[in-house]
Amino acid sequence: MAVKKKKAGIGIHFFANPARFLRFARKIFPWVTIIAIACIAAALVLGLAVVPADYRQGDAYRIIFVHVPSSWMALMIYVIIAVASAAGFIWRHPLADLVAKSSAPIGACFTLISLVTGSLWGQPMWGTWWVWDARITSMLVLFFLYLGYIALHSAYDDPTKGARAAAILALVGVVNIPIIKFSVDWWNTLHQPATISKFDRPSMDASMIAPLLLMVVGFIAFYLVVLIIRLRSEIAARRIRNLRLAQTGN
Amino acid sequence: MKRKNRRLLFVGLGLAALGLAAALILLAFDDNLVFFFSPTEVEGREFTAEQRLRIGGLVEEGSVVRDDDGLTVRFNITDLSTAVAVTYKGVLPDLFDEGQGVIAEGHMLSGGFVANEILAKHDENYMPREVADALKKSGQWQGTEGNVGEEAEE
Repeated sequence: MAVKKKKAGIGIHFFANPARFLRFARKIFPWVTIIAIACIAAALVLGLAVVPADYRQGDAYRIIFVHVPSSWMALMIYVIIAVASAAGFIWRHPLADLVAKSSAPIGACFTLISLVTGSLWGQPMWGTWWVWDARITSMLVLFFLYLGYIALHSAYDDPTKGARAAAILALVGVVNIPIIKFSVDWWNTLHQPATISKFDRPSMDASMIAPLLLMVVGFIAFYLVVLIIRLRSEIAARRIRNLRLAQTGN
Repeated sequence: MKRKNRRLLFVGLGLAALGLAAALILLAFDDNLVFFFSPTEVEGREFTAEQRLRIGGLVEEGSVVRDDDGLTVRFNITDLSTAVAVTYKGVLPDLFDEGQGVIAEGHMLSGGFVANEILAKHDENYMPREVADALKKSGQWQGTEGNVGEEAEE
């Protein structure tokens, strides 16, 4: 036993013990909260008031400071769900499935924000609220994947069964992620190609990138805040369930 | 084989098979996933008057003519080798301009392309107006827009 405990020092099994995770979460919680509030506030002020208007789009481009970070979060959180699902499915990691389950509604919200802000921007700029081009359609598919994942997870009476079924859906859906990312390069789309995440240099003026990156940091911190809160309640709910089972078992 | 490894193999093989299937489907769909055709692609083909299609390219510099009714616009969509004449009646999006990307949706008729809908295609460049002006002045402007002399097409 003693040897086993030593080995658990680092690696994916470190947080297999929920109590250890909760201690860690309590330590970082105030910090991520401060980072989330400070970065989002600073990014909003910079992006909406300080940074100059775009040379063609005027002030309407400022929606990018919400749209692009939300889209990135939507993709990032889905990848986190897929990795956590794989860890939960293959190694039966007890916390991984809770991370995946708790992340899904947050990712779904970011996807919805991305779709709605894109639509609001598309009406004056492109001249349409919605088109079925490859980028926009694949993003809508991502939204449905999130909804399907959430629904499947709660469709079983036995939470471990629900977790396994949902994990497989999350892993199948991961095919969509590279399609979303590269849709604008592979096909003619109405949506413009990547601005920031290009290998050579971003096609955006340096002054405009600052609020965008601040917002990304703020959104990641916000995600961690909500994730920690949701994980706490999930862990508590699981304890209650186990206690009940122990009671009725005796 | 341990159960853990069997599950790992299951997930690994499953993802590989799925990726392959997705790649094959996307390759097969290639033509249908295209949102618009370029003028060159349109030229060689025959279209019936009922067929809806989208043509995308740049609005040719100096080709935009507005009719007296104030609503009808005529212009050419070009991919810098072929141009298609387009007629459109309606409100144009904010980003519509000469030298800018545009997608026209409509029907190919004998007199040219009649569009029901015009979508402006935005490029991925964002900069303040002063930076754009400075770039144009220093001759480092790489965009197709702007009426700077160097871009003159034929």
